[in-house]
Amino acid sequence: MTMWRQDYRSWGRTVSANHVVDRPENRDNATRALSESEFPVLAYGCGRSYGDVALNPGGRLIDCRSLDRFLAFNRATGVLTCEAGVRLADILAVICRPEADGSGWFLPVTPGTRFVTVGGAIANDVHGKNHHRFGTFGRHVLALELARSDGSRLVCSPEQNPDLFAATIGGLGLTGLILSATLQLRRVEGLAVEAEDIQFSSLSDFFDLAEASDRDWEYTAAWVDCLASGAHLGRGIYSRARHYPGKGVEPPGRNSRLSIPITSPIPATNSLSVRAFNALYWRKLGLNGQTSRIGSYEPVFYPLDAIGEWNRLYGPKGFYQFQCVVPHEQAREAVADMLRLIAQSGEGSMLVVLKTFGDLPSPGLLSFPRPGVTLALDFPERGTTTRKLLRLLEEVAVAAYGRLYPAKDSLMTPDAFRQGYPSFEQFQPMMDPRFSSAFAQRIGLIKGEAQL
Amino acid sequence: MTMQVSKPMRVAIFGATSGIATAVARRYAESGARLVLVARDQASLTAAAADLEVRGAAEVEVQEADFARTADIPATVAAAWTRFDGLDLAVVAYGTLPDQQEMEAESAKAEQALVLNFLSPALLCGELAHRFEARKSGTLAVISSVAGDRGRKSNYVYGAAKGGLQRYLEGLRHRLFAAGVQVLDIRPGFVSTKMTAHLSQKGPLWASPDQVAADIVGAIQKRKEVLYTPWFWRWVMMGVRNAPGPLFHRTSL
Ligand SMILES: Cc1cc2nc3c(=O)[nH]c(=O)nc-3n(C[C@H](O)[C@H](O)[C@H](O)COP(=O)(O)OP(=O)(O)OC[C@H]3O[C@@H](n4cnc5c(N)ncnc54)[C@H](O)[C@@H]3O)c2cc1C
Ligand SMILES: NC(=O)c1ccc[n+]([C@@H]2O[C@H](COP(=O)([O-])OP(=O)(O)OC[C@H]3O[C@@H](n4cnc5c(N)ncnc54)[C@H](OP(=O)(O)O)[C@@H]3O)[C@@H](O)[C@H]2O)c1
Repeated sequence: MTMWRQDYRSWGRTVSANHVVDRPENRDNATRALSESEFPVLAYGCGRSYGDVALNPGGRLIDCRSLDRFLAFNRATGVLTCEAGVRLADILAVICRPEADGSGWFLPVTPGTRFVTVGGAIANDVHGKNHHRFGTFGRHVLALELARSDGSRLVCSPEQNPDLFAATIGGLGLTGLILSATLQLRRVEGLAVEAEDIQFSSLSDFFDLAEASDRDWEYTAAWVDCLASGAHLGRGIYSRARHYPGKGVEPPGRNSRLSIPITSPIPATNSLSVRAFNALYWRKLGLNGQTSRIGSYEPVFYPLDAIGEWNRLYGPKGFYQFQCVVPHEQAREAVADMLRLIAQSGEGSMLVVLKTFGDLPSPGLLSFPRPGVTLALDFPERGTTTRKLLRLLEEVAVAAYGRLYPAKDSLMTPDAFRQGYPSFEQFQPMMDPRFSSAFAQRIGLIKGEAQL
Repeated sequence: MTMQVSKPMRVAIFGATSGIATAVARRYAESGARLVLVARDQASLTAAAADLEVRGAAEVEVQEADFARTADIPATVAAAWTRFDGLDLAVVAYGTLPDQQEMEAESAKAEQALVLNFLSPALLCGELAHRFEARKSGTLAVISSVAGDRGRKSNYVYGAAKGGLQRYLEGLRHRLFAAGVQVLDIRPGFVSTKMTAHLSQKGPLWASPDQVAADIVGAIQKRKEVLYTPWFWRWVMMGVRNAPGPLFHRTSL
């Protein structure tokens, strides 16, 4: 009996798709679900990817969230082994508890939400505000266990099956199903953070602040007022933080405190509210233009996690994210061009984030981060005008030798992918022939519907 | 949870690999309890034990048992009881949700369901009861179901077993009152576990195992007698129980 369902969606909710879904309870069943599937398969984590990397229309999704066991943790070395469906929120809650002196083990890298699985974090090789110091998540993966559709289970690490390891880090779920992973956690002298917010009034101020801050602050990123133009173009608020020795904090909750129970029938993010939000946010620091605090990392790293399913606020049509990285040499010009295009388009965005990436290499073949500057934004889906703007932004990014982030993407063109990720040719032979995703088909990594 | 630091709580879970039981065990592990896990699959037990140790359990013991073999029950309980020299809490969580139509067609299937969902847990609770009674303390927490509240054509074999279990627990509670032993009858509604994986599991009536586990731990602390979880099922079932026959018979519940 095959049950097709539409409730597995992407975070941006712009696409819906029919899937057969399995939710295996353990690694044996997960492995079996792959080899016995009559449809092309794909792993699904928490569905926090905005676009279609976690969707497999007309195919089978393996929901990995019941693979949620911790397998081993060594308190002395910080080496953690867990199943791939364990979420970063669970690692924080269980492992990252403060010791008497405030110190503790911590995630070496965390994205802007803690509600992602370890498998998803590896498959997109996610990055956080500390990329310039710690690189991507994949750098801290010591080994992983990969199930393939032929029924085999392989340990992959820099020593064992190194090619498959490199392909699986940032491999968009296409090399097989990650069953478990061994991670090297990081020791911090204080789980609390010291955080500062500083207003800056132009793009060149941002670049100056970034250069000054990246040295002494391990977590940095900036919010940009995308509606400001002319002399104000690129103004925003720079946030920087670092662990505060001697002070511990309890981990944040395993779930959001509030949640949006239903999809808003009309987008709560219309142009008026975007305008109001940007104007207010720009003024939130008051007259000093600067604030500083010491305390939990939750509001600094995970501001959006306070409200569950906040994506429903964008209404039934959903919204797009766009994130690109451009090399340092082209960054000032390319970012200014993109901000100008956005301001002109009138397609406002609430969450425009600018950050510099460092030069620590990722082990992943298709990993997104590279040295340079990354810009991320979101736009409510308003049809062709929105898509046209996103196409223009892609053109600027590609012309500046940049690339787009698949985890956030719904519209990237095959050309942009090939130019941005020249390693795709080494990647393709590592793909599992029975795996498929909407993204892989759209981008041309896989030809046609089913590859069977 | 407030628990003594010096003497970690001793908890045995029968049917420890069930979805709901796993969520309950994790909560006790995180408060530093000592756990005895009893279930039929050794590999799942080993994996659960490792998980609970990382989560903070002071100690985890595992024990294999097939609860359909009722003759083994006294030995199973005796072994679990002695692991940590007595128990503070026993959770009984195993069960099956068989196909009603198959059971109507085949008596043997109905028999299996009645054994596993009524006879076996009743005998197991009986074995635990006199041990708790002798110690004059402890908690027996048993998962029945809202399905036990009224017989319905869609699942009355399962419902009868769970309903029988509810009566049995009611009697035990009466008996153990004098000894100060808590007997908690847990009645979940729809919970997303592997038992219900064949259903669509969508909509406001469905709860996660962790939500239900939070209610269970709370009810144990508050020494409740009957727990509907999530809470609204108390009212839903009140409606179902009190629906007059002529009306009820026309529903397809
Ligand atoms: C509010 C918010 C903030 C974010 N901030 C950041 C950020 O700062 N930096 C960043 O890098 N990203 C960020 N993201 C994106 C997010 O971190 C990634 O999309 C992440 O990969 C999502 O993980 P998931 O568990 O939800 O996986 P899904 O979105 O469900 O899946 C993602 C990919 O992983 C694959 N996958 C999942 N599990 C497995 C497995 N077991 N084996 C093999 N493949 C698997 C899927 O097939 C898919 O290709 C953010 C997202 C949100 C919603
Ligand atoms: N899910 C619901 O909607 C719901 C609603 C009301 C009540 N309940 C009750 O809640 C309890 C827990 O169920 P659940 O939802 O957590 O489902 P579950 O995950 O399927 O758990 C049922 C457990 O019973 C075990 N079991 C079955 N037969 C056994 C046997 N002969 N010997 C040993 N163990 C056996 C299974 O062992 P294996 O792991 O080895 O298969 C499984 O762990 C059950 O009593 C169920 O009736 C559930």
